[in-house]
Formats: sequence, C-alpha cells, structure tokens
Amino acid sequence: MSEAIPTSPHVGLFVTCLVDLTRPSVGFATLKLLELAGCQVSVPVMQTCCGQPAYNSGDRSDTRDIAKQVIETFEEFDYIVAPSGSCGGMISHHYLDLFKDDDTWEKRAKNLANKTFELIVFLSDVIKTNKINGQCKTTATYHDSCSGLRELSIKDQPREFLKNINGLKLVEGKKSEVCCGFGGLFCVKYPDISEKMLDEKVDDILQTETEMVLGGDLGCLMNIAGRLTRRGSEKEVRHIAEVLADMTHGPGIAAPEKTEA
Amino acid sequence: MEMKTTTFKENARTAIADETLQIELDRLSFGFPEKRKKAVDRMPEFEQLREQARDIKNHVLANLDLYLENYEDRVEKHGGQVHWCRDAKAAREQILKICKAADAKTVTKSKSMIGEEIFINDFLAKNGIEPIETDLGEYIIQLRGEPPSHIIAPAIHVSKAQVEDAFRRVHTDLPADRNLEDPAALLQEARGQLRNKFLQADVGLTGANMLVAETGSNVLVTNEGNADLTYALPRVHIVIASIEKIVPTLEDASTILRVLARSATGQDMSVYTTFCTGPKRFEDPDGPEEYHVILLDNGRTDLLGSEFEEILRCIRCSACLNHCPIYKAIGGHAYGWVYPGPMGAVLTPGLIGMEDASDLPNASTLCGKCESVCPMGIPLPKLLRSWRTRHFEAKPTRSLGQITLKFWAWLAKRPKLYHKVNGLIIATLGALGRRKGRIKWIPFASGWTSKRDFPAPMGNTFIQQYHKGARGDTSGRRLREVKK
Ligand code: SF4
Repeated sequence: MSEAIPTSPHVGLFVTCLVDLTRPSVGFATLKLLELAGCQVSVPVMQTCCGQPAYNSGDRSDTRDIAKQVIETFEEFDYIVAPSGSCGGMISHHYLDLFKDDDTWEKRAKNLANKTFELIVFLSDVIKTNKINGQCKTTATYHDSCSGLRELSIKDQPREFLKNINGLKLVEGKKSEVCCGFGGLFCVKYPDISEKMLDEKVDDILQTETEMVLGGDLGCLMNIAGRLTRRGSEKEVRHIAEVLADMTHGPGIAAPEKTEA
Repeated sequence: MEMKTTTFKENARTAIADETLQIELDRLSFGFPEKRKKAVDRMPEFEQLREQARDIKNHVLANLDLYLENYEDRVEKHGGQVHWCRDAKAAREQILKICKAADAKTVTKSKSMIGEEIFINDFLAKNGIEPIETDLGEYIIQLRGEPPSHIIAPAIHVSKAQVEDAFRRVHTDLPADRNLEDPAALLQEARGQLRNKFLQADVGLTGANMLVAETGSNVLVTNEGNADLTYALPRVHIVIASIEKIVPTLEDASTILRVLARSATGQDMSVYTTFCTGPKRFEDPDGPEEYHVILLDNGRTDLLGSEFEEILRCIRCSACLNHCPIYKAIGGHAYGWVYPGPMGAVLTPGLIGMEDASDLPNASTLCGKCESVCPMGIPLPKLLRSWRTRHFEAKPTRSLGQITLKFWAWLAKRPKLYHKVNGLIIATLGALGRRKGRIKWIPFASGWTSKRDFPAPMGNTFIQQYHKGARGDTSGRRLREVKK
C-alpha cells in the first residue's frame, strides 16, 4: 500500500451473513483481532448480505441494489474488513462490474473496493500486525477456499500467522487447494456432484490425521464440518480467526455444546 | 449423437455411480495436471507467452473478416477451395458433395471436434460412406458407438479391459485366442486394422488446430501421426474448421503451439505438427490432389461482439477440463453434448441455446481453477456467470430456488426486517440443534441435509449480541449467559 495507514484506522466490520447468523464467535474473534491490531472497529447495524447469492444466480438488478446499500453503509470507514475471502472478494472485485454504465456509483464502488479487505490479508499485508501469539495445542490442516486463494491470493498469510500460535502444528493436505464443492447454491442445486467433491476433500483432510481443520470462509467450513459429522468424524472445524484470537474454548463448527460450559 | 444436455443431473448421477469411469477420472485428474505443472515450471516465460497468445487471438477476433478473406485468398492461390458454411447442415452437405464427386466409399478421419459438432460420422454412414476414425482413442469409441468424453483424450473413460472387449467383438477376422493383455498388443492390433484403411480411403477428413492467414495453411497437431496418413494418402483432403481458428502469421501459430502442448499434455511440443498448404504441387512426390476447407460458423458470429466473445480464443487444449473438479466428478459424457468441462459449459449454450443447456453454466462452483490454467486467459467463471445472468434476465418464470433467492434479496434490502426474521429463524434452529451442534434434516433444505449435517447456529446473531453489548465471550453460550 502506498498511502500512509492512519494510526488507529477506523474499520467497518462486514461480518458476513453466515457469520452473523450461524457463528457469531467468528465475528467476535475478528473484532478482537482488529482491535489488537490497533484498529477502532464499528459494526453497522444496517449490514445484511454482500449480494453474492443474487450475483452468482444472474440477478444483477437485486445485486446492484444490495451493493448500493453496502456502499452507503460502509463508505465512511477507512477500511472495510470481512472474515471471508468470498464476501471480501465480492466487494473488492465484483462490485465494480455492476456499475459499468453508472459513473457515480462506479466511482463509489471503486472507492469501497480499494479499501475492502479479507481479514487475514488486512492483518498481514495492510496493517502488518505482530500482535498474534495465541495458544492452541493441536495439529491442524488448512483448507484454501477458492475465492480467497485465486481471487485474493491468500495462501502464505494464514500459514505465517499460524506459526505464531504456540503448540499448533500444521499438516498440509495434498488437495488443500481443491474446491470443497460448496459453491453457495451449487451445493443444494447439485447435491450429488457436490457430495462427490466434498468427499474427496474430506478424504484428503482425514488422511492428514490432524485434530483440527481450519479455513477462512465459513461457507466451506460448514460444508466440510457437516460432512465430517455425517461420516462420523469428530474432527474440530474452525474459522482461523478463532484460533488466531485465542477463542477456541467453545465448540467447533457442528460440534456439540461442551457440557462444562 | 443424441443431445443429452437436458438430463444433466441424471447423467451426472449415473457417472458418479460408474466405478470404472471413476477410476479413469482419478487417473486423469492426477496425470495431466502434474505434467502440465512440470512443463510450465520448466518455462519461466510461460506467463508472457500466455499473454501473447491471448493478444494474438483478441486481435484476430477484432479483425476476423479481414483475416478470413486473406486466408481464403491464399488457399485459392495454392489451388485449394474454401467452402463457407453457416451451420452444421450446410457443412455436412458440402462434405457429402465433395465425397460423392470423388466417388468415395470410405473416408478416413483424424480427430476433429468440429467433426463431432456437425455429427459428420452418422451423416456419412447414412449416405453409404464409411467413416473411419484413425486416432486410437476415437477409433475405440467409434467401435463402442460413443461420443468422445474428453477433447484430447476422447476415450479417457474407457478401461483397458473395455478396449479389449470392443476389439474382440469387432475384429472377428483375428484368432479368438490371441493375447491382448498387454496395452502394446492392443495398439499393434489397432495399427494393423487401420493400416489398410489408410491405404484404401478415397477421402481424408481432418480438423485443424489453426488456420494461418498469411500462408493459407492448416495446422495439425497429433501424437500418433494419424493425421498425416489421413491427409497425405487419399486423393482428396477435406479440412473442417470453425472460423475462429484463424491466426495471422506462422509466427503467431508458433506462439500458440508453444502454449498448446504444454497446457494439454505437458509436452513441450506434440509429436507431430504438420502444416498443410493446398493440394500436391507438380513437383511434390505425394499428397492429395484436391484440397477443400469447410469453414464453419454454426453460431460463432453471434458470440462475436457479445459478452461471450472471449470463449472464441479457446484452442481446445483441455487444460480447463483436466483441472476442473466438476469434470473430475462426472466426466465428459454427463455434459450431454460435444464439448465438456468448463469450456464446454460456456460454449455449448452459445451453440445450442441456453434453454437446452441451462444446467451447464449453473453446475459450477466458480472455483476459478480453470481460468488459472487456461493458456488463452479466458475468464471462464465470469463467462459462466454471464450465461446465468442472460438466462435470468430472459426468463419470465422463476423456479422455486429463484423465488427463494429473490425473497432473500428482498429481505437483504430491508435490514431491520432482515435481522428480525433471520433472528427468529436462527433462534429456532439454534434451539433445535445447539446441544448436539448439528441438525440432520431441515425441511426445504434437503439439498443440504441429504448429504451433510447442517451446523447448528449458536442461537443469537452476531449483530444482536454486539448491539446488546456483548464483546467476545465466544464460548458458544447465548447472550443471556454471556451477560450474567
Ligand atoms: S478454455 Fe482455455 S483451458 Fe479450456 S480448452 Fe480452451 S484454451 Fe484450453
């Protein structure tokens, strides 16, 4: 980044619909990480969804409306951060494409796109934090979600951060970069194909013989966790933010409540 | 070939259940990508070449009429003929006319996707002319009465045992007790069968990897050398190619050749690369006496200038198929028409219409692997999404899924209501499943729960908790517990 970073940048947290609705712990972990990194964080209540389901189904007019709402809600912040490569990528890479024939909105979309980041990229490449040093005695494997990996080039950053987690040993799967078969609505529209892809992913994860699966996108993680439990595995599945923020005392994704809580 | 695009989901299910096919697909998905990676790693300038290749094709597409006319002019100067064909029917009839004029009984063929696209084999056979595929893979599937399932490895879905069965069934003139265990024996047998056919054929039909405007040549790339015997031995050579195969110069052709084989099979070059330029000249010792080029449009000019134009840069290298997790799961036949994989999912709706092919662009997670390996820099996920948009905007009736999505979008545009409604749903799902952590079945969400558990929501949404003052006890307990 060429511009100077404000000393205590004001970050708008775009928590993403999946985290908001199904796994608030990821939101709180994100909040903690951002604050640890010296950011002042706000959570606008007007946020809903980034519009990706509509966008990937070809409904551009609804996507445009939702995008406008996101732009209006978040453009005042220094940065917009989302704990998801797919939603982050939607705002930073795809919003522009929606306003080709509308100069004013195109400009506003571009402005927002330039300051929107996926959480790990933001912590690693923008803020360059050195405040990550949690504890987690476990072995883990990392799933590279497609948009994060191929749209936002997230590959080494999460692994570098995980090196600072005391007690955590990372074991790479052979197919960590292969799609897990989630694909948003794809997984419900084409369940058989999705299952086939998912089983390959799960097989690869199982052969790492680690205790934990980590990733940066809740959609993929819910997909993977749901199949793991369906196949009788009790492997712990978590969003990387939970581990980096040292917030792993609650149950993993799709895991039962801990009785002592 | 019967069109089966409309039964895509069923085709996919059958393919997933086919164990033999799955073994072959496993092998393919490991082999080709590994080889490509090695070839690309060996070549530091690969990225640069990709950009050059892309630019060449973009330039051609922007000036297609000019280069096509140049090309035609060159072909005619060398004594060949160019036949412009608007659609498959016109192309078939033109080919038949040439075959009849040559009094052809048999036609040898080297692999051509355009040949598949116009269903030339069935048509020739119906008209009393025997088509003989000479590429080993194509020969095998011709014996089995199947369409290809891959662009460069058409019989990738067939196991060795199945090849042996087909050979025993068809080659009845050979001793029944012959040993066909060894793949080399199969190869030898096919070669023996084909040798005579090459010599007897009246017409040789080939495709073209490229057409070179400056020389009027067609380029043929194979690993078996069968294309060379196909075009050089018979009296008449017919080239079938679609209009976007043009490149301006030999130099351009060589740039594309450098990315083609590396992307396809991981070879630096394919074993045989041939440039055919017109019929045999007086001083040539051999070659065809007649040289015809069938230039096929078949829907391509409609793609030109549209949001799908970029697919016309495709050089059919198959890298996108080889790296596609969907192709790996279901193989080529499930796509239901000639072109499989990501490139097929983009091209097919353009050629046969989105109505009949609507599953193809939808059955993708848009994971982006294809784009990352495409030597021509074709943004395949973007093009798949563009088909979805076109379809969505053109179709007045909505499926249940689309209505649900519309409702979601409607809700997302009303944040207050969104948080209320979703808060209630989440509280219910949370209450149902939180203790166990998962829900095994949810009505109207069986697409999800038929294959995997639904991870139970924690109970309160993040926004609710945050705005009531919670800041980060993330033990999974609900707000009530957090605040006490
Ligand atoms: S789309 Fe790209 S990768 Fe796929 S066959 Fe065409 S050129 Fe090759």
